[in-house]
Amino acid sequence: MKQDFKILGTRPIRPDGLDKVTGKAMFGSDKSVTGMLHARILRSPHAHAEIVSIDTSKAEALAGVKAVITGDDFADVENRWARYTMQNCMAQGRALYDGHAVAAVAAISKTVAAEALKLIEVEYKILPHVTDVDEAMAPGAPVLHEGVKARKLGDDVSGNTVGYYSFGHGDIEAGFANAELVIDRTFKTAAVHQGYIEPHGCLADLGGDGRGELWCSTQGHYMVREVCSEILGIDSSQLRVTASEIGGGFGGKTTVFIEPVALKLSQKAGKPVKLVMSREEVFRASGPTMSASMDIKIGMTKAGKITGAHAKLRYQGGAFPYQMVMMGAMSAFAAYDLEHVQAEGWDVMTNRPKMISYRAPGAPMAVYAVESVMDELCQKLELDPIDTRLMNAAREGTKSSYGPTFKAIGLVEALEAAKAHPHYSAPLAPNTGRGVSCGFWFNFGGQVSVSMAINADGTVNLIEGNPDIGGSRASISMMAAEALGIEYDRIRTIVGDTASVGFSDVTDGSRVTFAVGIATINAANAAIKEMCKRAAKIWEIDAEAVEWVDGAAQPSGHNAGNFPPMSLAEIAATSGKTGGPIAGHHEGAPDKAGVSFGVHMVDVEVDPETGFTSIKRYTAFQDVGKAIHPAYVEGQIQGGAVQGIGWALNEEYIYGEDGLLQNPGFLDYRIPVASDLPMIDAVIIEVPNPGHPYGVRGCGETAIVPPLAAVSNGVAQAIGVRMFELPMSPPKILKAL
Amino acid sequence: MARVVIFGSLRAFTNGEGEMEIDAQTTRELLRKLATLHPALAETIEAGVSLAIDGEVFKEAWFTPISAESEVVVMPLMVGG
Repeated sequence: MKQDFKILGTRPIRPDGLDKVTGKAMFGSDKSVTGMLHARILRSPHAHAEIVSIDTSKAEALAGVKAVITGDDFADVENRWARYTMQNCMAQGRALYDGHAVAAVAAISKTVAAEALKLIEVEYKILPHVTDVDEAMAPGAPVLHEGVKARKLGDDVSGNTVGYYSFGHGDIEAGFANAELVIDRTFKTAAVHQGYIEPHGCLADLGGDGRGELWCSTQGHYMVREVCSEILGIDSSQLRVTASEIGGGFGGKTTVFIEPVALKLSQKAGKPVKLVMSREEVFRASGPTMSASMDIKIGMTKAGKITGAHAKLRYQGGAFPYQMVMMGAMSAFAAYDLEHVQAEGWDVMTNRPKMISYRAPGAPMAVYAVESVMDELCQKLELDPIDTRLMNAAREGTKSSYGPTFKAIGLVEALEAAKAHPHYSAPLAPNTGRGVSCGFWFNFGGQVSVSMAINADGTVNLIEGNPDIGGSRASISMMAAEALGIEYDRIRTIVGDTASVGFSDVTDGSRVTFAVGIATINAANAAIKEMCKRAAKIWEIDAEAVEWVDGAAQPSGHNAGNFPPMSLAEIAATSGKTGGPIAGHHEGAPDKAGVSFGVHMVDVEVDPETGFTSIKRYTAFQDVGKAIHPAYVEGQIQGGAVQGIGWALNEEYIYGEDGLLQNPGFLDYRIPVASDLPMIDAVIIEVPNPGHPYGVRGCGETAIVPPLAAVSNGVAQAIGVRMFELPMSPPKILKAL
Repeated sequence: MARVVIFGSLRAFTNGEGEMEIDAQTTRELLRKLATLHPALAETIEAGVSLAIDGEVFKEAWFTPISAESEVVVMPLMVGG
């Protein structure tokens, strides 16, 4: 593994910075074309209702309306996951949650489209609904879809229970029998939204010949192409999808909500159609993450050794089958080396919007519950929270609670860094508490394509297929520069559309810097091989006798010949005469992504009169393998910490007894803003991932996992009362006091 | 022969059997033999599984080599965010 770098670890200026600060960058709603129509979506005002009839005749008769569609305009889809996606984009037969789309209009203006929505007459028959996970899982609950209950489950759970997972090893009862203190607690966390600044927006143009163009804000335009072409029954080659700049996704843009609707309207109207969600629609009808109800039981000796651990996780993921509690069950105890451990999880449907990933999906709530019990054990046994975690920490060779045996990991290094940090020994003010928590995320690899062109002037263009949601254009250019041995600013990396480079998986799982990085290094090596060949031709020696050193070809030894090094620019300048353009490309599906651990430490102050919690100091430690561009890495760690703080303190989907969402807007759904927070101090730990040539691990998700428990543990110390439910909003804290 | 560990809830489809030995050169061959051995697991394998081979996690990589000394942990398909 390479460890001596010239480019990696530096902080060059970000390539998208100027466009973004000057307003030049094009986001999902920024693209317009002559003659385009504007679309609006009619949404269900009920939590659960049969759609008895929809009369669109008056809307269609309104001047300026060019197309109206309902669920009847979409043909059935064989693949059940694509069918769920389609039926989430447009209800068929039943509206399954408040905000579920039931019809859509395309018109010559937004005003006309909004007027047309008022003319659509929908007759509903209201059905019983359920929005709470425990109620939805109980026998007798209204079942959203028949025949999707997880295999092998009994009558003790309802048909809404669509998944069951169990991980672990050993004998947990024997483990608890060896404990000197066992704590068994129940926790609840609210559903929270990814809260991206940019609402979903797209511009669709699908002609009668089946050829289409789609511009949209997404984390995966190949995914958009595959899903939309399946739903619309067209060949994927005929639908070209271009990813706009993205104003945040955090997992929330790993599916489609509006794109099939815009394409269908365009097909019906014969014109391009622009469709942009309002913020209210984003809250009501684009996926939040799951809410959770969890039982955690941990046994410990007086010395701090964990003897047994058991988690029962019940997640609700909205109105369609999904699979995500598994990640919570796998993450719950990943930080610890345990002899006796079991984590079980149940996925449950409710009358809420269909969940979609949110940064380390499934992990933050499970880890919150586990790390809260860990803190309570340390408190009751008068143990140091970091020393206790170090005593039990997973390390290289640990058989993880979810199965694999860990390779090189950096949890111990992160804990030791936290213990040695001045933050840990700083004095605390009155009404202030200090919380600590570990966190974990898997990181992934997956399918990737990269195409690299060496230009005649010695510069390099690189096309990759993953939307840049966290600085990947910079990190990929840096890895290309490192591999080629040239300056960073000689390279421009762009995100190609679906017709310009091979398939790439969605930008998720903290996979892009890892996977696209490997593809980039391989593409560079292919180009280097060709450049060595060209130099060999010029020198009239064997290609095998040429090596690449510091951005230039040179004879590999005295026996090969005595020629001065020939730089990339020199080889590129003559490429037209030595065999034509020089390029490299790589397509693959790298694995061995390498897991990542983090440790967060926070000082919180709680006002005993108002119950308001303020963050006074925050330090986050995370193993990132190798930080390609440390400023971006710090930004990822800071962003994750802030989102976790919001989850802990204020953010929540609030439903009334009527099953309607009470707070679909940022005034009533409180996310942290800059003035709420101190500077988040990010401490980068580098334990190289043996699965990457430069040691890279994903770093985008781990940081949202520890904050929930860290903040909660800090609040427990500050007020002397432990909270078992998130968010810990001021009214709840006042009530606890 | 590789030692195959069926993890957690997947054991419901192997009659509770958690460990077995399978002679296979690649992940594809291993999964095929596993599905033949435990037909109830075939649907899950078809839908996709993740494998940890000697501690390294692989997702649907058919031709990853497996040695006779390997430990292969079969897990549900992992997805990210």
